[in-house]
Amino acid sequence: MKFTLSWLKEHLETDADAQTIADKLTSIGLEVESITDASAALKDFVVGEVITADKHPNADKLRLCTVNDGGKEPLQIVCGAPNARAGIKVVLARPGTVIPASGEALKIGKIRDVESRGMMCSARELLLGEDHDGIIELNADAKVGANVADALAAKGLLSTNPVIDVSITPNRGDAASVWGIARDLAAAGLGKLKTEKVQPVAGKFPSPKKITLDFSPENKDACPIFAGRLIRGVKNGPAPKWVQDRFKAVGMKSISALVDATNFVAQDRGRPLHVFDADKLSGNLSARMAKDHEQVLALDEKTYVLDKDTIVIADDSFARGIAGIMGGMDTGSFEDTKNVFLESAWFDPARIARAGRKQAIISDARYRFERGVDPEFVLPGLELVTRLILEWCGGEPSDVVIAGSLPPPHKPIAFDPGLVESLGNVRIAKSEIISILESLGFVVAQHATLHVTPPSWRRDIDGPADLVEEVVRIHGLADVASVALLRDAAVAKPVLSSAQRRARGVRRALAARGFNECVSFSFIAREQAKLFGGGDDARQLSNPIASDLDAMRPSLLPSLLAAASRNAARGLVDLRLFEIGAAFQSGMPGAQTLNAAGLIMGSGTRDWTKSGHPADAFDAKGAMLAALEAAQGAPMAAPVTANTPSYFHPGRSGTIALGPKVIAHFGEVHPKILAAFDIKLPVAAFEIVLDALPEPKARNRAPFAPSPFQAIERDFAFVVDQSVAAGDLIRAVKNAERVLIDTVSLFDVYEGKGVPEGKKSIAIAVRLQPKDKTLTDAEIEAVAQKIIAAAIKLGATLRA
Amino acid sequence: MTDIAALQSDLLAQVSAAGDEAALEAVRVAALGKKGSVSELMKSLGGMSPDERKTQGPLLNGLRDAVADAIAARKSELGDVALNARLASEKIDVSLPPRPEAQGSVHPISQVLEEITAIFADLGFAVAEGPDVEFDDYNFTKLNIPPDHPARQMQDTFYVSPQADGSSHVLRTHTSPVQVRTMLNQKPPIRVISPGRTYRVDSDATHSPMFHQVEALVVDEGIHLGHLKWTVEEFCKAFFEIDKIELRARPSFFPFTEPSLEWDMRCDRSVPGQIKFGQGNDWLELGGSGMVHPRVLTNCGIDPNRYQGFAFGFGLDRMAMLKYAIPDIRSFFESDLRWLKAYGFAALDIPTLDGGLSK
Repeated sequence: MKFTLSWLKEHLETDADAQTIADKLTSIGLEVESITDASAALKDFVVGEVITADKHPNADKLRLCTVNDGGKEPLQIVCGAPNARAGIKVVLARPGTVIPASGEALKIGKIRDVESRGMMCSARELLLGEDHDGIIELNADAKVGANVADALAAKGLLSTNPVIDVSITPNRGDAASVWGIARDLAAAGLGKLKTEKVQPVAGKFPSPKKITLDFSPENKDACPIFAGRLIRGVKNGPAPKWVQDRFKAVGMKSISALVDATNFVAQDRGRPLHVFDADKLSGNLSARMAKDHEQVLALDEKTYVLDKDTIVIADDSFARGIAGIMGGMDTGSFEDTKNVFLESAWFDPARIARAGRKQAIISDARYRFERGVDPEFVLPGLELVTRLILEWCGGEPSDVVIAGSLPPPHKPIAFDPGLVESLGNVRIAKSEIISILESLGFVVAQHATLHVTPPSWRRDIDGPADLVEEVVRIHGLADVASVALLRDAAVAKPVLSSAQRRARGVRRALAARGFNECVSFSFIAREQAKLFGGGDDARQLSNPIASDLDAMRPSLLPSLLAAASRNAARGLVDLRLFEIGAAFQSGMPGAQTLNAAGLIMGSGTRDWTKSGHPADAFDAKGAMLAALEAAQGAPMAAPVTANTPSYFHPGRSGTIALGPKVIAHFGEVHPKILAAFDIKLPVAAFEIVLDALPEPKARNRAPFAPSPFQAIERDFAFVVDQSVAAGDLIRAVKNAERVLIDTVSLFDVYEGKGVPEGKKSIAIAVRLQPKDKTLTDAEIEAVAQKIIAAAIKLGATLRA
Repeated sequence: MTDIAALQSDLLAQVSAAGDEAALEAVRVAALGKKGSVSELMKSLGGMSPDERKTQGPLLNGLRDAVADAIAARKSELGDVALNARLASEKIDVSLPPRPEAQGSVHPISQVLEEITAIFADLGFAVAEGPDVEFDDYNFTKLNIPPDHPARQMQDTFYVSPQADGSSHVLRTHTSPVQVRTMLNQKPPIRVISPGRTYRVDSDATHSPMFHQVEALVVDEGIHLGHLKWTVEEFCKAFFEIDKIELRARPSFFPFTEPSLEWDMRCDRSVPGQIKFGQGNDWLELGGSGMVHPRVLTNCGIDPNRYQGFAFGFGLDRMAMLKYAIPDIRSFFESDLRWLKAYGFAALDIPTLDGGLSK
């Protein structure tokens, strides 16, 4: 909502300057976005008068001038402008003045060996226009030595009128007008409201057009009142210059006198109206709901297909305008319009909002109607526009015709003034509370409590808490005293849930293992989502911000792969990324899991120690197990199986599951997936469903009791079928003797010469830890036999 | 007698002349080996009379010990020489870099959330979370934003396509639906913060379609604006780690609070790219707040005649940008490794109130 200071002062009697007004507006909840004061940048420029203008001794095209700036001594100034001559009044910058075009302060200079102590300015140097052919010549009556603002304004080069831009919150439709803002300022004690009451204009003849409200009972509240009048014999044309200037200053478009008259009243009083070309209307007018698929060609030259929830203004033939949103093209007022019909009505804000949203029309009328305009200004607004049209376009008004009646007034709110203190923590006397409310237009009746009736223009007020806000905002929030929240007398207890602690542990563990944490968008490209089991309709956004951000991600891996690809394109080819965030199973609330995913990319070759290797499944497995251990506080005991989703390499990937519940996948990423992400380096990755992990159990840790007896380590090499999983062999060996076997570790896997085709050799070290005595050779041999027997069950033979 | 002394001096001379371990071993075998000169003399003891043995025994033992000691000493000497020679040949270029190890990091959003959680945990606030895809009812209606209310336009909403059951849901535009869920499931007194991802159809230099919010909610008997003010003040002091701040409240509008206000903090932005808090002539917008609207309490099953509450919320990303001078919100979500390393935090930089939130 933009307005100029002088426009505001038409409604508000005040001496306050723009800054004071802006500060007050912000402090009462009408936040000022900006104050634009064109004259502020010119505060150091003064009116000068050229006394002499002679040829420069050393240059043909330069003039050596003396200029009176109102001081004792005239200034010597070298000037190159062709129009610099004795007698003219000019815009003068003295040394130290900042020139707007360059942003630099003017210095005393020497031009062709002659000192110059100032500058006479062109419009372009002042950023007042493009003109740079000569210096600005001010009117002869400009006062020498005075600030140039008034003199420039007299030439039409500058507005001295600051423009204030206020951001109006959606509840304050009443403040979407200059008058409304003046009303709030007056209530806050900044000035006195001086807006005059609108006087009706007497009709000269009965309106030839009748108006009706044509609604079924369930839509009766769509438009409770509709008023209008005909004005005949108008002459349309441009609006008066002061209107055009004012519109320009606040960024409104001047269209024609007839249209500007309605827009003026909208901006000035918050009352939108519409002006029809009466000769283009067939028969009488009515307000009604549109028929499904009824069409209107609107003033923006677009055709809108309406539905039965949209209010229209119609004549006997067609819908002629989308009520409260936009008028129709066919019946609009143009240059040749002679007779007009004015429409002023009150529409249900919710219906306007719905229709406006459906049709995606943004208009000033919709903005005001959906926030709620003052129903009691339907008729005064009509009279005001009538006056302006008669004044600007001539013509003769008919009587006013009215259909329906005003919507019911507000009901009083029972209000305990003590609520101001108990809710707002600020002590304000009852008398001040009442006077603030009254100054805002509320009617206050004193009973046991107060009965407060809001003014017709405040549609947002519907309870005692709203009244507290009104009182506190006008009184000022600075008086609210801080009060400490009560705190427990005991030491603060932990607040995180086990799931929250788990996520933190995983995050720190992965960062400690060299992974950089990413936070990626929850939506990705549908094509990418499809590669990871998503991309179905249920996970599509209806209104994505971009076509490649249209699907809720089914997994975190596409986000990380896309990030890896972008980094690789920048030459960052060795990386470890991870993310902890949501993956989505559908578009239902709650159909999401908290996942932790990591990715390792790189060939590992750029390492002088040759200790690197291309990213492989075991890199991913190691990180995944570390993350799981951090999450659970204990190593992951569940076995790894080879059954993974299609986006992994089918032979180089694994899954950890607890029963039917998948906990995690890891492995090398399928080459086709890498190709889809344009990645040319090996990538291994893992993804853990943190929500699938069981709640950690309270563990009773056994006390540390190292055995005093010597541990024994024995190595075994078994030859097994290639299909036998090493993990199964290790588990079988470990279970062969549960008391004595402490650890089983694998230290070699070999295929090739010396091992039969289709077989592999697995070498393990078994550590035996006796608890109560030293083992004899016979006892050790017995355990070895048990181990061999267990391996044989898996088809293994002891390697010779 | 003289034989022994001469032999000893001869042997000791040979020991010290031995140039390497092999030569020394030859001397040892020649003297102390089975057939060695000293061993042979020792064997002769067996043929001596007891008196002779009494005098010769100590002498021969002395000879053997002297030679053995000399050999051991010489061996150690030669070992040192050999080791020194080997070490001298084993020089490396110590300026070479060590084996590469990836340096991990924690994202600033995670770090700042941990900082904020630490502060609020101290005040007894739990951390409540909720889904990113939300019921329209929780995101809007229960928060006193009825359908078609213009306030819905304040938060341009992402909609998810209709589901199999015909229902249609939104990406939450704020974390306030988590407050709704909390109030529906928990009786007062309530103290929670609700952090998380939020979404709005908005993307330009200062907006990202996904961003993060954290909101604080207190519902109890007798809660008023003064408690809200104190909590915002204490939070800002603790978070920005400065003792003196100046806050300004401005009346504002949020459908779910009444009265509603926004908080600004005094700051100095006179040096481009820098911001100093608690001084200067500028005001920095912190976030919105207010007393929970009685209708919201009612919608969530809480008696507004008995309980009052306050809520405030701010952008987590924004807080991170302010505190750690990160210029561009969009860069948070681009996963540029250079950015992650520049603005990320070390794995062990865990914010605590006792050790300080930031280093």
